[in-house]
Amino acid sequence: MADTATVRIPTPLRTLTGGQDEVKAAGGTVGELIENLEKSYPGIRDRLLDEKGVRRFVNIFVGDEDIRFLDGLKTPVKGGDQIAIVPAIAGG
Amino acid sequence: MPTTYSDLISDVRKSIRELSLSELKRRLDDKVPIVLLDVREKEEYRAGYIPGAISIPRGFLEMQVEQKLPDKAAHIVAYCAGGTRSALAAKTLQELGYTNVESANPGFVRWKDLNYPVELPPNLTEAQRDRYSRHLLLPEVGEAGQAKLLAAKVLLLGAGGLGSPAALYLAAAGVGTLGLVDADVVDNSNLQRQILHATSRVGMPKVDSAEVAIRDLNPDVKVVKFQERVDSSNIDRIFDQFDIVLDGCDNFPTRYLVNDASVFKKKPVVHGSIFRFEGQVTTFLPGVGPCYRCLYPEPPPPHLAPSCQEAGVLGILPGLVGIIQATEVVKLILGQGTPLIGRLLTYDSLRMKFGELKLRRDKTCPACGESPTITSYIDYEGFCMIG
Repeated sequence: MADTATVRIPTPLRTLTGGQDEVKAAGGTVGELIENLEKSYPGIRDRLLDEKGVRRFVNIFVGDEDIRFLDGLKTPVKGGDQIAIVPAIAGG
Repeated sequence: MPTTYSDLISDVRKSIRELSLSELKRRLDDKVPIVLLDVREKEEYRAGYIPGAISIPRGFLEMQVEQKLPDKAAHIVAYCAGGTRSALAAKTLQELGYTNVESANPGFVRWKDLNYPVELPPNLTEAQRDRYSRHLLLPEVGEAGQAKLLAAKVLLLGAGGLGSPAALYLAAAGVGTLGLVDADVVDNSNLQRQILHATSRVGMPKVDSAEVAIRDLNPDVKVVKFQERVDSSNIDRIFDQFDIVLDGCDNFPTRYLVNDASVFKKKPVVHGSIFRFEGQVTTFLPGVGPCYRCLYPEPPPPHLAPSCQEAGVLGILPGLVGIIQATEVVKLILGQGTPLIGRLLTYDSLRMKFGELKLRRDKTCPACGESPTITSYIDYEGFCMIG
């Protein structure tokens, strides 16, 4: 698929992707892409979103830009984009 | 061809630009960006110099200047004791292709008589010159930088996975005061990654074990121990004694507490965190870049955020992350390089990939935004139980 983006899956979410650290997903926006991820990996949407939008302890980056400072879930995604899901971690 | 010394000097003076001391003083006061070059002998320099000057004795000028001053378009003002050696130096610099050179006339002797500001170089002992010789060779560190390191006070939150390598390298680098906050005792299960400690010190408080290791590595370092868990009641007392905080703690409540204290006190925090095979590092400089709450407005609920104790961690991972944090601390002390302000460095040890993500200040941030709502410490345990 020409319009698929690559999504980096952080360690805590890999139980939902069968251990895969990177998956392909399509979608014109980040929101659509998450809906498509949910079809392939049920449960992932709930880990990323709550009723208000992206959960406050998770950041989603398109390229190196945080979508909170772009258009949120409406941020457009192009084929070939790198999407990174970066959760807060606290270990030391 | 000049035949005498006076002919030579007079020719040199015609081929260079000279600068009066009052004009030099005015420019330094106005913080006009200039490179001040002291071309006197090392002994003269050690007896005092114009603040901010770098030292290259005239005899080493041709050999060292291109390494120490690579920018040939830089505005350089050379000075010596009376204005003659600096005139010769200015001519040499022009011949080497430096395009914007001036020579101060007269020189340092008159500068001192005028009671203009003079700085004394750090007094490193012979043993210190030897110990830190590889630093002293670096123009970005040098004696002045080493003196900054020796005068610096760095607080390490946690003498565990991240704190271990950071403490060892900061001690080795000659950071003069290291504060260590950790309430725990050394446990066998720590030694897979906490290289500050040792099998022979299992059962000892971590701050005491750390002190043993640091003392043995570098007796220059003063260790200040806090065998307690940092909380709202003690954080002011602990933070106020230090310039920079290296956050290597292991839980969310403390991360948010540290952030809020750093914002209130405008104290830089070098943040590192790890989970299993992955790490994150960034530098929070309040007022300049984003804070931890701009990045993560809320912590994950406890059931979604297992600790290393529950989830495991690759022992080597905090080694690398802690050393990156220590590198950031040293850069902040020296004022060199580009710190990770507004940048999140991510590290995946399994894929062996580093990533860099842009962090932005959140105007609505409750701690550092335009109208902050968090202006004193909150209930951090309660805050982290939400969700």
